[in-house]
Amino acid sequence: MFKYIRNRLIISIVTLLVILSVLFLLLDLMPGSPFNDEKLSEDQKGMLYAKYNLDKPLHIRYFTYMKNVIFKGDFGESYTIQKNVPVSTLLKDRLPISIRLGIQSLLVGALIGVLFGSVAAINKNSGWDTFTTVFSVLGISVPSYVFALGLSYFLGYKIHLFPFTYDIYKPLESSVLPTIALSMFVIATVARFMRTELVEVLGSEYILLAEAKGLKTRKVLIKHSIRNALIPVITVLGPITVSLLTGSLVIERIFGIPGLGDLLVTAISVNDFNVVISIAFFYSMFYIAMMLIIDVLYGVIDPRIRVAKGEQNG
Amino acid sequence: MEKILEVKNLCVSFKTHNGVVKAIRGVSFDLFKGETLAIVGESGSGKSVTTKVLMGILAKNGIIEEGEVLFDNKDLTKITKKEISNIKGKDIAIIFQDPMTSLNPTMTVGYQIAESIIEHQGLTKNEAKSKAMELIKLVGINQSEKRYKQYPHQLSGGMRQRIVIAIALACNPRILIADEPTTALDVTIQAQILDLIKELQEKIGLSIIFITHDLGVVANVADRVAVMYAGKIVEFGTAEEIFFDPRHPYTWGLLASVPDLNSEINKLYAIPGAPPNLLYPPKGDAFALRSDFALKVDLEEEPPFFKVTDTHYAATWLLHENAPKVEMPEILKVRIESMKKEVSQYDY
Repeated sequence: MFKYIRNRLIISIVTLLVILSVLFLLLDLMPGSPFNDEKLSEDQKGMLYAKYNLDKPLHIRYFTYMKNVIFKGDFGESYTIQKNVPVSTLLKDRLPISIRLGIQSLLVGALIGVLFGSVAAINKNSGWDTFTTVFSVLGISVPSYVFALGLSYFLGYKIHLFPFTYDIYKPLESSVLPTIALSMFVIATVARFMRTELVEVLGSEYILLAEAKGLKTRKVLIKHSIRNALIPVITVLGPITVSLLTGSLVIERIFGIPGLGDLLVTAISVNDFNVVISIAFFYSMFYIAMMLIIDVLYGVIDPRIRVAKGEQNG
Repeated sequence: MEKILEVKNLCVSFKTHNGVVKAIRGVSFDLFKGETLAIVGESGSGKSVTTKVLMGILAKNGIIEEGEVLFDNKDLTKITKKEISNIKGKDIAIIFQDPMTSLNPTMTVGYQIAESIIEHQGLTKNEAKSKAMELIKLVGINQSEKRYKQYPHQLSGGMRQRIVIAIALACNPRILIADEPTTALDVTIQAQILDLIKELQEKIGLSIIFITHDLGVVANVADRVAVMYAGKIVEFGTAEEIFFDPRHPYTWGLLASVPDLNSEINKLYAIPGAPPNLLYPPKGDAFALRSDFALKVDLEEEPPFFKVTDTHYAATWLLHENAPKVEMPEILKVRIESMKKEVSQYDY
C-alpha cells in the first residue's frame, strides 16, 4: 500500500508539471496583453514588457517560469489586479475561503445524498423513492446558479433568513446559501448512484444469507449493504469535485465571495496571466489530490482492490 | 420417528406487474429428526420459495395466503419478525446455491461465520472467533487462522461453499436447508461437498431439507423424496420407492430424462411441453397436458393423494380404483432394472 501511494505521488507530480507547461503555453497563445490602458503609450508599454521580462522569447520565459515555480515556489507577480503583488500573497487570503466552501458542499452533499439514496433504495417504489428520483433529475439538470439566485432571492432577500452576500466576519452564516446552491448537484448525483447501487446490493444473495443468519435488519443494512453500496459511489466523487470547482466560479460571483473562483474570472478578463495559471494549477492540484484520496479510500473500503494493489506493487 | 417440522397446506403467491402468480398451491410435508428430505422438481416448481418461507426471507412481494409451518409448537408464518430472527440462523439454517454470490465480498469469511455466533449466542468477539475457527476446521479447511482473515475472493468455489456450510452450522442448527448446494460447483467438488454434508449430518444429527433438480444427487443423499410440480407436491415416498416404484407420470418423466451412460438408446428423453404459467394455474392435474397418460378426469378435477404404501403417496388419478391399468413407460422399466442392479452391487 505504501509503495502504491508513493508511485501514485510520483505520477501526480509529473502530471502537474505537464499541466503547468500546457497552461503556460496556452495562455501565451491568448490574444491581448495585460496592459490595456488606453493612456499607455507604446514606449510605456515597452517598458512594462521589459520590466516583467515579457519581451523575451517564449522558451526563455518558459524555462525561467518553470525554474521559479519548481525551485522557489514562486508563481510570479500579478500584472493588473494588484500590481506587483506576488500571486501567492494574492491567493493566501482567498484560498481558505474557497476550500472551506468546497469541502462544506462536498460533505453536506455526500452525506445527504447517501441518506436520500439509501432511504429511496430501502423503500423502493415508495413515495420517497419517487421524490428522490425527481429531486435527482432536477438537481442534475438545473444549473447551480439558478438555485443560487432562487435561494438568495427567497431566503436572503425576502425573508432575511441568511445573508445573501458573503461577509468575511460571519463565514459560517453567510456560507449557508452558497453551500446549499453548490451541494444540490452533489446531493442529486450521489443520491442517484447510491439508490442504484443499494438496490442491487439489497437484491444480492449475500444479503439474503445475512438475513437468514437472523441478523437484525439494522445490522444487515449498515454492515452488509450500505458499506458495499458506497464503493462505487466513492468513484463519482472525482467528477463531482470538478463540477464543484466550475460551479464555484459562478457561485462565488453571485454571492460576492472573495474566493479563488471569483479571482480567476476577474484575472481571465484582464489577462493577468500569472494569476490565471496559478489558480488553474491549484485547481488541477486539488483534483489530482482528490483522485488520489479516492483511490486510497477505495482500497481501504474494498478488500478486493487492496489485495490486487498489494500484489502488483510488492 | 419424531417430527421436527410440519408444513401444512402452504399457499404462497407473488404480486407481479402481470398479476398474481400462485407459486405454491398447497404444499404439505413433514420433516423427521435426523432424516434428509429431498425436494425435487424443475425450475419454477416452487422448491426454493418453500424454503424461503421456512427461513422467513420471502421476497417483499410474496404473500403467504394460507397454511402453517409448525416448528417447536410455533407457526413460523404467524410469529413476529423478532421471534423469527431468533430462530433463523440458530435453529434453522440455510445453504444457498452459488457460493460465489452468497458471501459478502468485503467482509472476512471468518467474521461472516463469527457474526452469527455473536448474534445468537451472545459471545464476545474473541470467543466467537475461536469458535469460528473450529468450524472452519470442521468443514475441512486447513490453516484456519489464515483462512479466518481472508476474503471470499481469495478462496476457491469449493472452499467458499464450505464456508457457507460453516456459517450455517455456526449455532448448531436442528434443521439445515440446502438449496441446490452443489449446482454451481464442479463435479468433483460436488461429491466432496455432498460427503461433507452427509458426514456432518451423522456427527451433529441434523435434519436436512435438500432442494435440488439433480436426481443423481438425490439418490446419493436422500432418505425421503418429495417431487414438486407447478407449486404442488405430486408424489412423495422413501428414496427407494420414488426411484424403483414411481407412480406419478411426472416422476416417470423426470426419471426417464436422466442421462444414462449404459443405455443403448442414443436420444435423451425429455418431457414434452413446458410447465404451466402459474399466473393462470390450470384446472385439474397441472401435468395433464404434458402427460402421455392423462385421463379425461385429469382436465376436470385435481387428483387427491392416493396411498401406495404407508410412506408412499402420489397425486394422480391413475391410482384410482376405476382408472385403467397403466404401466410406466418401457424405457423407464429398463432404467430401473439397471439402477437396481447397480445398487445391489454396492449393497452387499
